[in-house]
Amino acid sequence: MILNRDLVIIGAGPSGLCAAKMAAESGQKVLLIDRNPQLGGQLIKQTHMFFGSEKQYAKTRGIDIAKKLIDDVKNYPDLIEIWDNATVLGLYPDKVLTVLLGETYRKVQAQAIIVATGASEKVLAFENNDLPGIYGAGAVQTLMNVYGVKPGEKIVMVGSGNIGLIVSYQLMQAGVKVLAVIEAAPVIGGYKVHASKLQRLGVDIITSCTIKKALGQDKVESIITTRLNEKWEEIPGTEQEYDVDAVCIAVGLSPLTNLLAMLGCELKYISELGGLVPVLTNDYETTIEGVYACGDASSIEEASSAMVEGYIAGLTASKKLGKVHPDYDDLILDFRKQLEVLRSGPFGEKIRKGLAKLEGVRVGC
Amino acid sequence: MMRIKEHPILDFTKERKIIRFTFNGQEVFGYEGDTIASALSALGVKQFSTSIKHKRPRGFYCAIGNCSSCHMIVDGVPNVKTCITLLKEGMKVETQTNKGVLYDLK
Repeated sequence: MILNRDLVIIGAGPSGLCAAKMAAESGQKVLLIDRNPQLGGQLIKQTHMFFGSEKQYAKTRGIDIAKKLIDDVKNYPDLIEIWDNATVLGLYPDKVLTVLLGETYRKVQAQAIIVATGASEKVLAFENNDLPGIYGAGAVQTLMNVYGVKPGEKIVMVGSGNIGLIVSYQLMQAGVKVLAVIEAAPVIGGYKVHASKLQRLGVDIITSCTIKKALGQDKVESIITTRLNEKWEEIPGTEQEYDVDAVCIAVGLSPLTNLLAMLGCELKYISELGGLVPVLTNDYETTIEGVYACGDASSIEEASSAMVEGYIAGLTASKKLGKVHPDYDDLILDFRKQLEVLRSGPFGEKIRKGLAKLEGVRVGC
Repeated sequence: MMRIKEHPILDFTKERKIIRFTFNGQEVFGYEGDTIASALSALGVKQFSTSIKHKRPRGFYCAIGNCSSCHMIVDGVPNVKTCITLLKEGMKVETQTNKGVLYDLK
């Protein structure tokens, strides 16, 4: 049996939740699908306060933003149907989805689809990088802040972008010793405010340094680091050993575009946006009509941008299905302006460059 | 014990229901709200599976149901993503050392 649904949103993180809200406000029925037992995506583990403007809940902790967005969606029980514990297994031509809902297999015929699947953490190549105890930094954040479990007692963080810095601080809040944050680039990647917080607590952030190998029998017991020269080559004799029981890898995220690829949406490799990303119109529609993508699934940015992109995709996809939000024009204009502001300044440079590479389709949004 | 007791922002002191399960035949427990992976991690278990060919030890990596590194056999069903599967009373959790074999669907 095939179930018929109008708008299906895959992923109930910041972007998917915002898309669902805007669709419901437009009067559009939605099926919101998430593979996790809890909605909220990665917000549910983010105990830090957000930056940006109040429109994207700046100065609010991610965990509280999640509650707010989930409440927004639950305000529309007649319009928004929620499937949690549901993994979308495949997307097929004519917008057919196959879903593992709990333990049952379902087929859904959609009229439009918004893919808000988020991103996955990148891995780093080094000897024994598969030893248990070597985790993605986001995984450790989930383990600590959602489930209240420490990943280890002594840890080294690999990568000094915002995730690496924030998770290091949160590890210390959980009582874990952070021996060092190492960064292969010659400069710290994340915001100075996050780096300074760590440095004030006595954590070394070592630049031009990377992990060479991990050691241990059935789990990581120590790691060897090495310094790098200006050509990013190892400098012999600079190896240092750290006794650890866990290692965090925070070297960036890749958009989860598997479902889009399966459907045949055109993807482009844009390193500034995290890897393979979908080619999109100004309305966040992919090269397949009626299929939309937003949030980290479309380009790696902050959660704030993911929310705003979700709002836009929710509005445009609903419009496509004949449900136009009463304030459509004003909202779209406002959201596009918000994105412009979020992407301004030196930290938005990479995003602006990446988006420009996408043949200008989203420039100026 | 790897459970966080004190935290400046989050409250982990609330009393939670104990959930009993077995790990490779041994009787252990976690708490209501745990995933299988978080319960095992709290017990200090790091290895969840082995790689298929070289049988290298594997733990979880992403904790969001994406990387497949946390697959285990749960109640006889292989390839269960233990990082996003909630722990239930009486679950039988086993280390997975192959790519999984067909099981009888109930």
